[in-house]
Amino acid sequence: MSEINAEQVAHLANLARIALTDEEIEHLTKELAQIMHAVEQVSEVATPDVPPTNHPIPLKNVFRDDVVGHTLTVDEALSGAPESDGSRFVVSAILGEEQ
Amino acid sequence: MARAELMDFDAALELFEPVIGLEVHVELNTKTKMFSAAPNPANAEFHVADPNTLVTPVCLGLPGSLPVVNGQAVRYSISLGLALGCEIAPSSRFARKNYFYPDLAKNYQISQYDEPIAFDGSVEVELENGRSFTVPIERAHMEEDAGKLTHVGGSTGRIQGAEYSLVDYNRAGVPLVEIVTRPIIGAEADAPALARAYVATIRDIVRSLGISEARMERGNLRCDANVSLRPRGQEKLGTRTETKNVNSMRSVERAVRYEIQRQAAILAKGGSIIQETRHWHEDTGTTSAGRPKSDADDYRYFPEPDLLPVVPTRELIEELRASLPEPPAARRRRLKDEWGFTDLEFKDVVNGGLLAEVTETIAAGASPAAARKWWTGELTRVANAEGRDAAELATPAQVAELAALIESGVLTDRLARQVLEGVAAGEGSPQQIVEARGLSVVSDDGALISAIDDALASQPDVLAKIRDGKVQAAGAVIGAVMKAMHGKADAARVRELVLERAQG
Repeated sequence: MSEINAEQVAHLANLARIALTDEEIEHLTKELAQIMHAVEQVSEVATPDVPPTNHPIPLKNVFRDDVVGHTLTVDEALSGAPESDGSRFVVSAILGEEQ
Repeated sequence: MARAELMDFDAALELFEPVIGLEVHVELNTKTKMFSAAPNPANAEFHVADPNTLVTPVCLGLPGSLPVVNGQAVRYSISLGLALGCEIAPSSRFARKNYFYPDLAKNYQISQYDEPIAFDGSVEVELENGRSFTVPIERAHMEEDAGKLTHVGGSTGRIQGAEYSLVDYNRAGVPLVEIVTRPIIGAEADAPALARAYVATIRDIVRSLGISEARMERGNLRCDANVSLRPRGQEKLGTRTETKNVNSMRSVERAVRYEIQRQAAILAKGGSIIQETRHWHEDTGTTSAGRPKSDADDYRYFPEPDLLPVVPTRELIEELRASLPEPPAARRRRLKDEWGFTDLEFKDVVNGGLLAEVTETIAAGASPAAARKWWTGELTRVANAEGRDAAELATPAQVAELAALIESGVLTDRLARQVLEGVAAGEGSPQQIVEARGLSVVSDDGALISAIDDALASQPDVLAKIRDGKVQAAGAVIGAVMKAMHGKADAARVRELVLERAQG
């Protein structure tokens, strides 16, 4: 597995819209590298005959019936919003583009 | 914004070979959303709703809420996959596509990445000029739609310069199937028409399956068009752009054509194409640069830990396969016979992308002739004049209602055109418009007779001619009466009465 570098950390921070100082980037680069090395140990036991795990619990096909259930009222929906116009969430000017 | 330089379309094709790829998003019309029991606004029952009233904690990504897959959406997706000639994955899973934008409150979209529900299919598409293409389908995967943002403030109302944005999460979590083609090579000058015909075919397929309202103007069906050019003789594909926000079939064709002309002008000058998304502007018929296309890496896809794999049983797949509607080509042959249309009449319907409209109008009670006449006639004429799709103007049920009003003598063709104008303007059902606008035919003979007597009295020479047996002279009187009745009379009945009164 490749080493993680400061540039990658800065890129990830940008994707997550987190402002980091150079010091924080340096610090996180070291921490993330350690975490990656720790996780990497899985590859020592993950031989080709071990299928990757999709989910820790061996269940499949858990479906819901297509039946309308309880919904929130608009007041409930907006109750945790820092700002709203009474029916919609207000978010600050959006930089960048829709996905 | 400077208008991009374009190369003449034919000149562009002499130098370059166009390659297109199409991504079509289909909103499923299940009762509830993909991962929550909230009502689905893509279902006709819940079209009209105030903002943020079709939401649950799952739609809002509230802490502790967990998604559960809608079984019906899975069945619909499998049916669609089968109709597209795809393999159905023996095991399929969901993935998180991470991005930071408030149209989804979770900061990720639940989609499918490495294990889509359906893959490796193909769709037969017929063009207006009779050519037919096999469009290769790479995959069809399940995902959730995002909420709707309204940008407020700023000079343009567009994203740039907005002061703030309003978010409505009603659409967040609506079940979507994204159908992705492989690169389509060899369409040459037909590439724009093929893109349009392909979207029309997908629309017909999902409608015949009954799994989506498939109305483009409502966003039930959305198309992203990838276009690239490669110099003649070159093997390697050129750099592509992805044009988004293409919301009518007509626009799909125009957008592909525009990108071919725009890219050709750049390449011919020795420039290079930037891999980016582009926004389609319906009003100007142009595209403008959006964001640079991020790598799939930037979405940091990983398996969705909150959901379990979907492992369709063979029995389920076979059950769904058995209940598929007949394939489009066979269906077209059967319908043409059933309706008794000539080749030309049928071609008008198919080429206009109106097969689903006509089918549904007939199912709603109209005669085949009436359904064809209104869709390929007046509605197509108005749609062309307004630069819209005929399907946006009226629903099959409305056209069937109109045909019934004509059949029962309430409307003449002329009045029916006025009613259609009202329908297209969203004034209500034909019956409501007839009442609101006072458009019904005057069937009260008393009113007609009084107008006829007036007309005959003012044209004694005509009266004399009719009495001499020159029945064709009655035309002048009929015209005067129709005018007096503001066209709201049945001309045949007026003629009968004119002759009767003239003899009297």
